[in-house]
Amino acid sequence: MDVLLDNLSLFREGFYGTVKLTVVSALVAIVVGVVIAGCRVSPVLPLRIFGTAWVTLLRNTPLTLLFLVAFFIVPKVLYPDLDSFVLAVAACGFYTSAFVAEAVRSGINTVPLGQAEAARAIGLTFAQSMRLVVLPQATRNVVPPLSSIFIALTKNTAIAGAFDNTDLFNVSKTLSNDGYDIVMIFIWITLAYLIITYAINGLFRVLEHRLEVAR
Amino acid sequence: MTEVSVTKDAKPAADDLVVLKGVNKHFGALHVLQDIDLTIARGEVVVVIGPSGSGKSTLCRTINRLETIDSGAISIDGKPLPQEGKELAKLRADVGMVFQSFNLFAHKTVLENVMLGQVKVRRTAKAEAEEKARGLLDRVGVGSQADKYPAQLSGGQQQRVAIARALAMGPKVMLFDEPTSALDPEMINEVLEVMQQLARDGMTMVVVTHEMGFARSAANRVVFMADGRIVEEAVPDQFFSNPRSDRAKDFLSKILKH
Repeated sequence: MDVLLDNLSLFREGFYGTVKLTVVSALVAIVVGVVIAGCRVSPVLPLRIFGTAWVTLLRNTPLTLLFLVAFFIVPKVLYPDLDSFVLAVAACGFYTSAFVAEAVRSGINTVPLGQAEAARAIGLTFAQSMRLVVLPQATRNVVPPLSSIFIALTKNTAIAGAFDNTDLFNVSKTLSNDGYDIVMIFIWITLAYLIITYAINGLFRVLEHRLEVAR
Repeated sequence: MTEVSVTKDAKPAADDLVVLKGVNKHFGALHVLQDIDLTIARGEVVVVIGPSGSGKSTLCRTINRLETIDSGAISIDGKPLPQEGKELAKLRADVGMVFQSFNLFAHKTVLENVMLGQVKVRRTAKAEAEEKARGLLDRVGVGSQADKYPAQLSGGQQQRVAIARALAMGPKVMLFDEPTSALDPEMINEVLEVMQQLARDGMTMVVVTHEMGFARSAANRVVFMADGRIVEEAVPDQFFSNPRSDRAKDFLSKILKH
């Protein structure tokens, strides 16, 4: 109990850091993931190749390696002055976007082909038919896998803690260096992660329920 | 199989709305469309019939490029079909299409189905689009169902909504890809009546169907396809009473002897 009470503000800071990194990365992952999924089913070949390359590259690279690239190569080669939070969001967000893209694509595949054909037949462009007809019907099937992906993302953000970001994992490192009992630290840190992952769980359950009613 | 030379009405070229020239298409090893030449004049109702797998649905779908072709040329109202993109979308808006499986947008109400294209493609104001949509739904006899979702309607009602959705774009030509093949027998007539009315109103129509009654009564011309070729073209009376090719005789004897 001492660990928590003595360092309440540090815990709060770490908790806030993990939540912030998770939420911002998730938003990046959703936007990029949907665009990449659109690329993968696009009638334009170069876009399909780009989408496939994006997914293959990011999904099959260990996240730690992506962090190494983001923190040591990107600042050297491209942008020297980026904030560590931005780099962490880029690594987590792009990595997760590959998984989101595949979940969205599997959702798109559950919408009968005739829906897209009918949309194109009345003169909607590809982007319009995706946005107005296919994606709204795909959403229902994308929600369950997305919740797993975002829970995984929450836990993945711990890697950012090892790269000097203030988050829960970072706090646990600091506290164990301060000499607190490692078991107690981990119990509290685990509880904090559970709060976030359970919140995601609940949020998606509500979302799933909403979408079921809407039809 | 005997090939019969195809006679065509000599119509002035200016009145040709849909022109297919030397169209070929393969599905893998299957040569599904073989050197198709077909011209459809403005206001003409052309019914395409033939055995399953003869390529008639594929032919219908190539006209608005839902199926790409390997060689040949297709033009609509004098303009060749463009590549996939904004231009093609613009052209498709002028070509109404009715599918065998209706394909109404499942997440939108009947009214929204008929309004979507007007609002998003034609940029019509919502109020105006709704008025037109309600008018069209009344015309096809499903005005009272406007606020329901497609799944709540019978097949015949859904197909009539699909016709209204296509008409809402003010198309130059309507393509019907087996519009009654997925319907229960008692619902076929309500759809055919709507189509017959359209034909009387002077709409240019390409209809792929197995409804010989419709072909007889509404068509200006019957196109008979078999094995990816147009085997015979004739006015309905001539085709049904005196088909020239053996393939057509064989086909008609199989379907009319019941």
